[in-house]
Amino acid sequence: MTSIILLSVFGIINLFAGFAKNKQVLLPLVLVFLAVVFGVNLLDWNDTQTYFSNMLTVDNYAVAFTGIMTLTTLLLLPFSQRYIDKGDSNLAEYYSLLLFSLVGAVMMVGYENLIMLFIGVEILSIAMYVLAGSDKSSLRSNEAALKYFLMGSFFTGIMLFGIAMIYGATGTFNITEIGAAQAGLGADGVMDSMFVLGILVLVIGISFKISAAPFHFWAPDVYDGTPTFFTAFMSTVVKTAGVAAFYKLMAAAFAASYAAWFPTLVAITVLTLVVGNIGAVIQTSFKRMLAYSSISHAGYMLMALVAFNESSDTSILFYSAAYSAATIAAFGVLKLVQDQQRSADYEAFNGLGKTNPLLAFSMTVSMLSLGGIPLTAGFFGKFFVFSALLQNPDMLWLVVLAVILAAVGIYYYFRVVIAMYMQPAANQKPVRVESFTAFTLIVLTILTILLGIAPALVSELL
Amino acid sequence: MNNIPEVIRTIPLDYYLYFSAALFVIGVIGVLTRRNAIVIFMCIELMLNSVNLLLTAMASYRGDTNAQVFVFFIMAVAAAEVTVGLAIIVMTYRNIRSTDVQLLNYLKW
Repeated sequence: MTSIILLSVFGIINLFAGFAKNKQVLLPLVLVFLAVVFGVNLLDWNDTQTYFSNMLTVDNYAVAFTGIMTLTTLLLLPFSQRYIDKGDSNLAEYYSLLLFSLVGAVMMVGYENLIMLFIGVEILSIAMYVLAGSDKSSLRSNEAALKYFLMGSFFTGIMLFGIAMIYGATGTFNITEIGAAQAGLGADGVMDSMFVLGILVLVIGISFKISAAPFHFWAPDVYDGTPTFFTAFMSTVVKTAGVAAFYKLMAAAFAASYAAWFPTLVAITVLTLVVGNIGAVIQTSFKRMLAYSSISHAGYMLMALVAFNESSDTSILFYSAAYSAATIAAFGVLKLVQDQQRSADYEAFNGLGKTNPLLAFSMTVSMLSLGGIPLTAGFFGKFFVFSALLQNPDMLWLVVLAVILAAVGIYYYFRVVIAMYMQPAANQKPVRVESFTAFTLIVLTILTILLGIAPALVSELL
Repeated sequence: MNNIPEVIRTIPLDYYLYFSAALFVIGVIGVLTRRNAIVIFMCIELMLNSVNLLLTAMASYRGDTNAQVFVFFIMAVAAAEVTVGLAIIVMTYRNIRSTDVQLLNYLKW
């Protein structure tokens, strides 16, 4: 809870800091803010409290996910150095909007009441609509913002309808009370069908937020059009918060009606895995490939939800940590390359292994991690998800399907590695990398390898 | 004058349900078929308001104020969404001189 207040206050302070003549102070300032939030958040560890008349719970689950999302933002921000150098006048607003949307994400992992879930989703999304359109003169950015906004508010409406239905059936917004109220349902057929309809509609609404198929159609376009820096935030923090909120909702509120939503969730998961992995194969743009790859990773995270047992939360936590570290590194390198080459295609990476060994190495490690190769975090991410799912032997077919699709994933992840190391450089001039950005990339690479060697650092947390 | 929850309860809850569902479906169909960004946006507002109506009716029938508080939250969030959404639509209009969503097709596959 302190992290929510601190993030809001820091966001406002940061807006005022934007009046400063010297824009160089903004980045260190916001990094210090996030470090403070990260530290203060950890103080709540093992100290479960509820706030706002039982609308928000800060338990270990919320603290762990808040920590991961804060750290993700912290490690993402150094890649915005280029905005400062270009003298972008709206920089303070960008940082503040990132902090504000992080408030929404924190609410989404700690909500105890569906009102809080709705507010959290909206705080997160409205800031992202603005950031998607932050490149005001670019038609692609405009299109991304408009699509994201129209689709996002459309699915907000759908989610609200689901919440209203669930309220109609149970008479409460509190997720624990909803979970308890299901025992009394079923005698009245009308209320029961209303409840099931509500669950399904709510599942559709949240599936949209985490870009699960068949509600993924906005994701490639929006991720492609949004400025790369904000795409990285969208595909890590927004997805982590969405999946964490999804699991919390299912575990706390709808565990008793497992049979009602299980087939739908399996269908969504299978579709997401197939669409994400097959869609990524046919892309020529690396950025668009990463968009489809983020859809496929939403599918792997949903597999932990399908498993729905005591190791689900741990595997979601580990998967989002591994996925976030690798994705930020990939988008960070993409942003640096894109700034020089003016292109996000695979060809832009040709010969990067010779001109910028550091960038090429970080990119390779993050691609290995996203592909799930051993000794990287991504391998254990997939390992935990698959082993959680295999506790239910009926789900073996889904694991087999996911393993086959993960092998497909290696094909498109390695295309960029091949371009970097085996293609002649189109442009011999090395990409300019600020020393602080390079340091962040090294940290991300070390994190990815560290989690691949010692997964217990995160997997033993919950 | 009767108090408002009693007035609301003079009509059966089912009617509110069908009416809200109809409004909601009209909104969904509007979003899916219209091409003008502002009309799409109006249809989304229609969807949100149908939910508001449903929540108010249910709250009156249950004698519970939680849902009415939720309605205020929805209104506040919808207002925030309007400001951001209209700003995005104006920004797009400045660039392409139109609010037709089908003109925006720079991003494909």
